[in-house]
Amino acid sequence: MTEFSLTKSGSGEDAFLSVRDLKVHFPTQDGIVKATDGLSFSLERGKTLGIVGESGSGKSVSSSAILGLHSGSNAKISGEIILDGEDLLSLSEEEMRQRRGKDVAMIFQDPLSAMHPYYTVGNQIAEAYRVHNDVTKAAAKARAVEMLARVGIPQPDRRVDDYPHQFSGGMRQRAMIAMGLINDPGLLIADEPTTALDVTVQAQILDLLQDLQREFNSAVIIITHDLGVVAEMADDVLVMYAGRAVEYGPCKEILTHPEMPYTWGLLSSVPEVTGDTDAPLIPIPGNPPSLLNPPSGCAFHPRCPHRDKVADDLCKTELPELLPGGRGPGHTKRCHLANPDEIYQTEVLAEIAPDLVKES
Amino acid sequence: MDDVNLEKPADLEAEEGTVVTAAEEKAPGETILEVENLQMYFPVKSSGIIRRTVGHVQAVDGVSFQLGAGESLGLVGESGCGKSTTGRLITRLYKPTGGSINFDGKDIAKYTPREIKPIRREIQMIFQDPYTSLNPRHTVGSIVGAPLAIHKLVPRNKILGRVQELLEIVGLNPEHYNRYPHEFSGGQRQRIGIARALTLHPKVLVADEPVSALDVSIQAQVVNLLKDLQKEFGIAFLFIAHDLAIVRHFCPEVAVMYLGKIVEVADRETLYNRPHHPYTQALLSAVPDVKQAAIGGRRDRMRLEGDVPSPINPPSGCRFRTRCPLAQEICAKQEPPLLQIGKRHKVACHFAGELGRHPMQPVTAGVLGVDSQGNPDPSVTPIDAPADQPGFADTWFDLPNQAMSKG
Amino acid sequence: MLAYLVRRLFAGVILLLVMTLVVFMLFFASPVDPVQFSCGRNCSPELKKQTEKALGYDKPAVVQWKDFVQGIAVGRDYPDDPELRAAAPELVTECNAPCFGYSTFNTKTVNEEIAETFPISLSLAIVALIIWLTGGVLLGVTAALTKGSILDRGLVGASLILYAFPTFFIGLFALKFIAIKWGLWDKPVYTPIAEGGIGEWLYHLLMPGAVLAAVFMAAYVRMTRAFVLESMTEDYIRTAKAKGVRPRIVLFKHTMRAALTPLVTMTGLDFAGLMGGAIITETVFNFNGLGKLAVDANKVYDLPTIIGLVVLLAAFVIIANIIVDVLYAVIDPRVRLG
Repeated sequence: MTEFSLTKSGSGEDAFLSVRDLKVHFPTQDGIVKATDGLSFSLERGKTLGIVGESGSGKSVSSSAILGLHSGSNAKISGEIILDGEDLLSLSEEEMRQRRGKDVAMIFQDPLSAMHPYYTVGNQIAEAYRVHNDVTKAAAKARAVEMLARVGIPQPDRRVDDYPHQFSGGMRQRAMIAMGLINDPGLLIADEPTTALDVTVQAQILDLLQDLQREFNSAVIIITHDLGVVAEMADDVLVMYAGRAVEYGPCKEILTHPEMPYTWGLLSSVPEVTGDTDAPLIPIPGNPPSLLNPPSGCAFHPRCPHRDKVADDLCKTELPELLPGGRGPGHTKRCHLANPDEIYQTEVLAEIAPDLVKES
Repeated sequence: MDDVNLEKPADLEAEEGTVVTAAEEKAPGETILEVENLQMYFPVKSSGIIRRTVGHVQAVDGVSFQLGAGESLGLVGESGCGKSTTGRLITRLYKPTGGSINFDGKDIAKYTPREIKPIRREIQMIFQDPYTSLNPRHTVGSIVGAPLAIHKLVPRNKILGRVQELLEIVGLNPEHYNRYPHEFSGGQRQRIGIARALTLHPKVLVADEPVSALDVSIQAQVVNLLKDLQKEFGIAFLFIAHDLAIVRHFCPEVAVMYLGKIVEVADRETLYNRPHHPYTQALLSAVPDVKQAAIGGRRDRMRLEGDVPSPINPPSGCRFRTRCPLAQEICAKQEPPLLQIGKRHKVACHFAGELGRHPMQPVTAGVLGVDSQGNPDPSVTPIDAPADQPGFADTWFDLPNQAMSKG
Repeated sequence: MLAYLVRRLFAGVILLLVMTLVVFMLFFASPVDPVQFSCGRNCSPELKKQTEKALGYDKPAVVQWKDFVQGIAVGRDYPDDPELRAAAPELVTECNAPCFGYSTFNTKTVNEEIAETFPISLSLAIVALIIWLTGGVLLGVTAALTKGSILDRGLVGASLILYAFPTFFIGLFALKFIAIKWGLWDKPVYTPIAEGGIGEWLYHLLMPGAVLAAVFMAAYVRMTRAFVLESMTEDYIRTAKAKGVRPRIVLFKHTMRAALTPLVTMTGLDFAGLMGGAIITETVFNFNGLGKLAVDANKVYDLPTIIGLVVLLAAFVIIANIIVDVLYAVIDPRVRLG
């Protein structure tokens, strides 16, 4: 339990959202799947946290837990999710339902499958409003039109009666955002909100999200695998691997001075539009681990090219704590390496972006 | 990949000499595939009592390009721009409604299914989704070996050996030939798809979004594998993707498509650093950049409003004009020709220029013989600048001088 | 929409024409002589000739087919031969459009045969439909909602057993034990609504209806369960939950709407198929419906009845298909007719 007090916001107690030691475990016939295993972070209103990780890293499972979407499944959830001073995990199912969509809202990756094909867009947005506000159907529809206009749908009074399949991908995601924000939630979770979209539309949606966040002063969690999106949207970054946070800190810190080899791997395996074309892509070898039988010690050690730099096979035998490295208390990492910043500068950066080494 | 023997297996070589009607080997860089004015219109039927064709989805409309042996051309654009259709036309999964596909000196655009069969060995495809493009009921061995059996290139008892070789080449355990696709991860399945495409030792590989369904850390593995294979076997790639960074990394030459047409094509340094088409500029500026983290916040970008128009009724003149910040009268009246404006640079825009330095007057007026509003102007003698050619010429239309130049 | 209907109906009519032609030709190619069959054992050549003339069998097959199609369109009179009609005007039978022919065996028009049997089959099918649909959907939803529980396993297992039992066995069991041996239920005898009112009608249809419904119900329990479970995992259900929609509304508004739509298609086609397909049930309970009529006609090689029934039943299926498609377009906004 020392972890949360070391996170960037420091005063995790008073933060708008404070997640402490969150565990989401799914018992199966073959054993327990530890989808999320001891996750802690905090977030203020008006700020954005980017959660980065590959499929199966536990990023979506964790956010679904914040929304209480695991009720009804066999998930075992423990820890604390404190939103605005209230522990969401201690609420009854009905109390949690009253907060879903009102205090915490979520938008999903694929807006086509995330909207009901048989109901109009307006009907679905208005429903989100009527669940939490005792208003007439007409009033809710008027509000839906208002929200559609706010998220930039042309002719909202006409499009409100369209079905989702009559919208383009970008418009559907705008409509999802309208649905998520209609009750002015304090926390908005965006799960891969632009993955299914083209780049120009992605830019539009990210612009919109930022504008709306400013306007509503909400806290935003953006879940993505795209480090570029994180770089442009997030204030803080949490890198997840095999259900655990492996690096956490301010966005600028994490992306310019990463201290965890997995983060390095993410950075060096993705080409950039402006990078050196001769620079090789350095893939992370192997595959993401099974959550049923995660590797011993540091879950990343089988894929880590730097594990030999740690003495006594420590990476294999002992799980490192999420602790501050050499760059101050705000930047924590889960790694045994003693001098990660140095290795990053001399070994990793030298290979993927020689031009950057000179600058820094 | 270092421990894998990438050499072309000797027995295959022998086999090829006897069975394959081997097209003569092309020297690297020599054109192997030339596409000219390629067109694919899908009919749209009316809903009346008699279903008439009332229009066409102009999925691909007048696309021309060249691909050299052992080289890579990237095809980028947003969904619906026709890049995947182009790939399927070249592999002749579709029959084009117009234009020519010149492969190895033969126009395969109008080949019948029977005539196309031998060509299929030489032009192979890698698909996006490694989960649905492999038959779940077949073992990896039979998937990879199927092309050998179908084309009867290798005696039955030799197929297994060849399959194992291929699995090793793509970095899979050759002992796993007996397993089924579901026993492999996404990245491994994509390797199986690649092995299948390699089986017949193709000259051209069309890779349609080969990595976009894969996890980030796996994408690089597959991209590197494709690069190694290209180097080793001299395969020419048509690399289709929406991810501009991946395409830039893989392809020395890149074409940008919008609504069925190529709007700009150039070597990657030019295209990514000095794009001249406003759409290319908007695309590039929309890509989120990791380096932005150092500065914080979002960078200023060129914003495109609205959505891509329907390919059934594309805008007149320039198809991009409805979303283009530079659009003027001429853009609605005249379709901009794909003009060569540099050694390896072609662009189709009346106001082509670097970002922030677009000309005030249409650069194409002289070429088209029109005035600056796009109306025919008899007093202008059109400059003879070849447009919409598949390849690059030695002379080109120099923008600053408004005349043909040799650079 | 209208254009769509017209086009579909047009295509349906063409299909029926082709079908009648094929059936006609098949029968003519067969080694049995229908006239000989209907004329009986002691058939004199003259009588046979007259029967042939009366039914139009003296004409070439194609002409007969044309007469048949014409009869369906505008009706026709029997005997077929004008001379015979003129000779005995009092024996002329009018067969109004759509005329399906004249039964050689029962010496009445096929239309009359159908008029007698159709209400029985329709009643049976309606009662069976109500039973299997309510039972199948209710139990299927229950099984889905209690997935993995003993109740769910029990329901799935029971429907499998029900599915495995042949209808004739269930029918015989119901009739011989429940009705006759134990006397728990009167032996069903079809009673038209006009005679005994709706209560009597329903009482006598419940047992055969339930027997007929059994197999379908078993199938529908399993299908409904699968559809509900599938739509419960859809992304839009998660969206509805994330909005804070009450679980009950998530189930009834969001899940059911999506899960039950595919059932509409199947129900329509199954119902149409049952119109002439309840042969076993009709035989076991001795209900003179279309299915039994068809079996009986086959036994005596009653060619006109067989052809008439084939056309009628095919028409049911075609019409049911069109109705289902239209209904689907109404339910699912993504489907556009055209």
